[in-house]
Formats: sequence, structure tokens, C-alpha cells
Amino acid sequence: MAEVIVRKLNKKFDSNHVVKDVDLHIRDKEFVVFVGPSGCGKTTTLRMIAGLEAITSGDILIGNTVVNQVPPMDRDIAMVFQNYALYPHMSVASNMAFGLKMRKFEKPEIEKRIKRAAEILGIGELLHRKPRQLSGGQRQRVALGRAIVRDPKVFLFDEPLSNLDAKLRVQMRVELKKLHERLAVTSIYVTHDQVEAMTLGDRVVVMKDGVVQQVGEPLELYNTPANRFVAGFIGSPAMNFADVTLSGSNGKLWAEAPGLKIGLPEPLAGRFKGGNGAKATMGVRPEDLHVAGPADPAELCFEVEVEVIEQLGSEILLDTRAGNSTFVASVEPTLRTKLHDRLKLAINPNRLHLFDAETEAVI
Amino acid sequence: MAVTAVAGAEARPIPRLRRLEDERWLALALLLPTAILLGLFIAYPFFEGVLLSLTSQRVGVDGEFVGLKNFVKIWNDSIFRTTVWNTFWYTGVTTVFKLALGLWLAMLLNRHFKGKALVRAFILLPFIIPTVLSTFAWKWMFDPTFSVINWTLYQLGFITQRINWLGDPDLAMTSIIVVNVWRGVPFFAISLLAGLQTISPELNEAAAIDGARPWNRFWYVTWPLLLPVTMVVMLFSVIQTFADFQLVYVMTGGGPANATHLFATYAYQLGIGTGLLSEGAAISLAMFPFLFVIVVVQLLYIRRVETR
Repeated sequence: MAEVIVRKLNKKFDSNHVVKDVDLHIRDKEFVVFVGPSGCGKTTTLRMIAGLEAITSGDILIGNTVVNQVPPMDRDIAMVFQNYALYPHMSVASNMAFGLKMRKFEKPEIEKRIKRAAEILGIGELLHRKPRQLSGGQRQRVALGRAIVRDPKVFLFDEPLSNLDAKLRVQMRVELKKLHERLAVTSIYVTHDQVEAMTLGDRVVVMKDGVVQQVGEPLELYNTPANRFVAGFIGSPAMNFADVTLSGSNGKLWAEAPGLKIGLPEPLAGRFKGGNGAKATMGVRPEDLHVAGPADPAELCFEVEVEVIEQLGSEILLDTRAGNSTFVASVEPTLRTKLHDRLKLAINPNRLHLFDAETEAVI
Repeated sequence: MAVTAVAGAEARPIPRLRRLEDERWLALALLLPTAILLGLFIAYPFFEGVLLSLTSQRVGVDGEFVGLKNFVKIWNDSIFRTTVWNTFWYTGVTTVFKLALGLWLAMLLNRHFKGKALVRAFILLPFIIPTVLSTFAWKWMFDPTFSVINWTLYQLGFITQRINWLGDPDLAMTSIIVVNVWRGVPFFAISLLAGLQTISPELNEAAAIDGARPWNRFWYVTWPLLLPVTMVVMLFSVIQTFADFQLVYVMTGGGPANATHLFATYAYQLGIGTGLLSEGAAISLAMFPFLFVIVVVQLLYIRRVETR
């Protein structure tokens, strides 16, 4: 049980600056997910916490101890690797026992712990098999078992589900969540899959180009993204963006683009400090668009042409176009429409986002 | 119409090349060149050798069938017994050193450092240079008068008298062992390096996190995973070293006083040098059961390692 603190962490590979001034405070028993596109520095950050990668500058503390110079074996952590990293020449039981054997545990204690982990993970009957005789899902469980038996201060997961097929991935995701509730060990989990991040994390750290973009609870990231990148990365299907010009008239702030003129709601308009003609990016999620009805004020409506219709059963995704902006709208499955129909869409005013065109930060 | 067309096609004679579409003919055609080459250059000389060893043939004398007389004769020959001992000693000692040094080099080369590609290329040099050439260079280095080794040791104050490296039976054996190790290490290093590179670095990292110190990581993870490659490399090396000829022939010619003969050099000396063809053949063939046992044991072990 321990908290993990990262202070001004930097990593350079020669001239390549891959992790920049990362500051994190991961609480005891918390499940934190690092998410971001490939090359965003999430895995490098994890590997520095594990001690597998030397840090260029900054501090890492595990349980109030600075571990910058402490080798991995003395950090009391366990790690689950993307490719499982099971010892191919050892049986499942030996794989799980290895860490305990290296730490000079007594044999009865080792057996007790393996039995317990095998029970938790349901791999009791696999103990005498070799890794190559196991399926991907079973290997993943053994890799988890190897981490569990150690009873470490911190669990580190490096994209552990990315080699599983889609169905198994969903299943293992649920099991990981249950496992964390049961074991209550501080966990850091790296993934590029935002759905995994949203479903697993108590808090999510979104990274891009080595810089932390936002840290927050999943819904916080979804509802109040700090910048355009987070807004676009979190949520599926992704948020719609339109480049707009802002102008004030009749005491109201308008966002305009060809084929589009939206009256911005008050709190958003109040936060805007720029002048007339300022450029910005308007963001609205597909689920915050609906087919306009009589109750929708005209200033929140715009006309679109339907370009693609995706029937998903529980909803319909409409790929539409207004001028040179495209919008995906998630609409009721009962809607009857066909290609090239012209529709009027309305925006949920409380769910409209505006981003600075230069800095991409939220306005 | 269609029926007649097919019937017409069947009636035509099958072109010779079309026969190769039959797997049996194709197999025969593909195997034949190899079978002829192997038969001509390996099976035929081998059986000729066996026949030769059972006669009393000498250079210019046809000889007659004498049964196993040649084998009894060499068994009672003290030089032959020294030769057997030498061959085992030479093979055993060099293999141990080549493995140890080769593995050490391979592990060093498996790390990341600047100029890695260049160093790897240089490591191969002893292996690439023709053995006879490099051995002549070594012969000079061991020369009693011009030895650069003696000169260095003398200048550094380790010796006061010249050492006669190739003139003393024990030193001569040690010298040829040194040269063989020098020549053989690159093969071990490069082959083991290839083996090391198939081992995922994640395994070492997992072991490090599991609490294994460097030696334990090597002993419990790297070494068992490298074992199949190591065994194959050792198999090749043992066969080559056991039947080595060039190195000893150039360095000592089997001397001083027959102290460094191996099977091949003694067989050559007796068979070609003194013209006792049948006895030379018998010595060559005597190598066969030893090598056979060594190879079978190693192959069985490799199979066990690979299937476990």
C-alpha cells in the first residue's frame, strides 16, 4: 500500500525529449490510467516508475521514499507486460513462484500464495502447463498471477490487454476492475484505448508529446476537457470540431462558419475575452446533437446534409455536412432519413465547448 | 462439343516437362543432383576408405585383404594412443574456452553502445581469414627467435630467457589450443549473439522486477533459453575441432616428437607422409566411432532441451 508521487519528471533519449515535466500524485489504493496516442511518453513514464528506464531529471517517490536510484527489484512493485513476458521454459506455477523464490520466501508460503492467486484468477488447473500451451487470455491471467503473488506496494500495467481479441478484452477489463476492488493496491495502467481508460480508471492522465494534458476522473475529462486534444481523444465517437469566427451583435456572441451560425450560451460567451472576428474552434459531441424540434431556439439550430447513415441498433450515427464543417450526430434509432436528406440539427447549449484557435485551450 | 474437346486433349502425348507435375517425378528430379554429389564425394570416398583400411595397401604396392590387422596395429601404437588423448584434450579444452569467451563476448555485444556494428564486424575477423594464413602468423608469434610474445614478456620483465613455445610438448599443445580458441571464439560469439537476440528483453525486465539479481537473471532466464542454440553451436564446433587438421599441420606438424598429433594429422603423416595408405585410412576411420557417440549424445540432449 503506497502512494506514488512524480515530480518534474523528464526523459531524454539523446536529443529526443519524450517526457516533459510530468507532475503526478497518485493516491494510495487508487487506479490511475495513463492514456494517449503512440509515442506520447506514457509507457516511458511507467517504465521510469518501474525503474527499467533511467530518469533524466525529476523525482519519483513510492511510499514516501525517493526511488530515483533504487533498482527495480527493490522498489516493491509488480509489472504486467504487454506481451506477458512469461518465462517460456517454466511452468505456470514456477512463473508465479519465481519472484518469491528470488526473495527467499519459504516453500509453504510460496505454495499458499500461488494457490490463492490461482483461485482468484481461476487458473488452478493450468499450474503445471508451460506458457506455450496456454491461450492468450490464460497467459494474461498467469501474468496477473505473477504480479498478485508478490503482494507488492504498486501494480504497473503496460497495455496488458492489447494482445487480446475484442471480446476477451472487454471480459478481462471487467475482471481487472473487480480484481482491483478486491486487492485494493495502488495501480498504474498504461493504454492507448480511451474506453479502457474511462472504464478502469479512478482517475485518468491524458498525455500527448510527453506532456500531461489533463488529469481527472473519467467524467470530468468527458464533460470538461481542458483542451481540444483531450476533447477529441476522450469519447467515442469523437467530438465534432468546427473552425468558427466569433462576433458580437445585439448583446449576443455568435460563432460563425460557412453554413453555420450559432448563438453561444451565456456562461460560454461570458468567458470569451477576445474581440470581434476572433478565431476559435467550436466542439460538440455527437450525443449532444439532436434533430431540431419546435422547442429548440433557432440560434442553436443549423441545417445539414446527410452524407452517411450508420445504423447501430441502439442509435443511429449520421455523418452530416454544414458548409465545410462535418458533424457526426447520434440520433434516435426511430428516425427515418435517407442519404442527401436535409435536416435541421440542434445543439444542447450546456454541452457546447469552445477552444482557443492558437493555444487549443478551452475557453 | 465440350466432351470431344476433353477427349482430344487426353489423346495427345504428355510432354516430358508435364511429367514433373507428378510429385514422384518431381521429387526424383530435385533429389538427384544432391544424391549424385553426396554419393560421389562423400559415400564413395568413405567406402573406399573402409576398404582401404582392411588391406595392406601402400603407395605403389597394391596390397591384399588383411582384415582388422591395421586396427590392431594402431591400437598397439603408443603414438596413436597419444593422438586419441590429444584429440579429446584439444577438443574438450578449446570447446570450454570458446564457449565461455564466446558467451561473454556475445553478452557484451548484445548491449547498446556506439560503434556496435563495427565491433561486431571486427570480431568476425579471425573467422574470416583463411586458417592457414592466420596460423602462419601465429607460428611467427610463437617462433623461438622472432617471437613477439617472448619479446613482450621479456620487455615487461616477466621472463629472462626465451621460451620455446612450439618446441616443448606441453607448451606446444597449449599454444595450438590458444590459436584454436582465438579462431573459434567469433563463431561462438556471433551464433550466441543471434541466439541472445531472440530472447525478449521483457523477460529480463520481468525478472529484474521479480527481484532477480544479474547473475540470477542469467542463470534462471537467459541461459536456459539460450541452451538450444548453445548446444547446436557446440555440436558444430566439436565436430570441426575433433577433425581439425590445418592448424596443427601448420603450427607443429604433430611435433615435437609426435606430442601434438590429432587424428587427422597422424592419419595424414602415416598415410601420405610415409605412404602407409591402409594404416592412415584405419586411423581416419578410428575417429568415426568417437565422433558418432559424441554427436548422438549431443543430438539427444538437444532434442531433450528443445522439447521440454
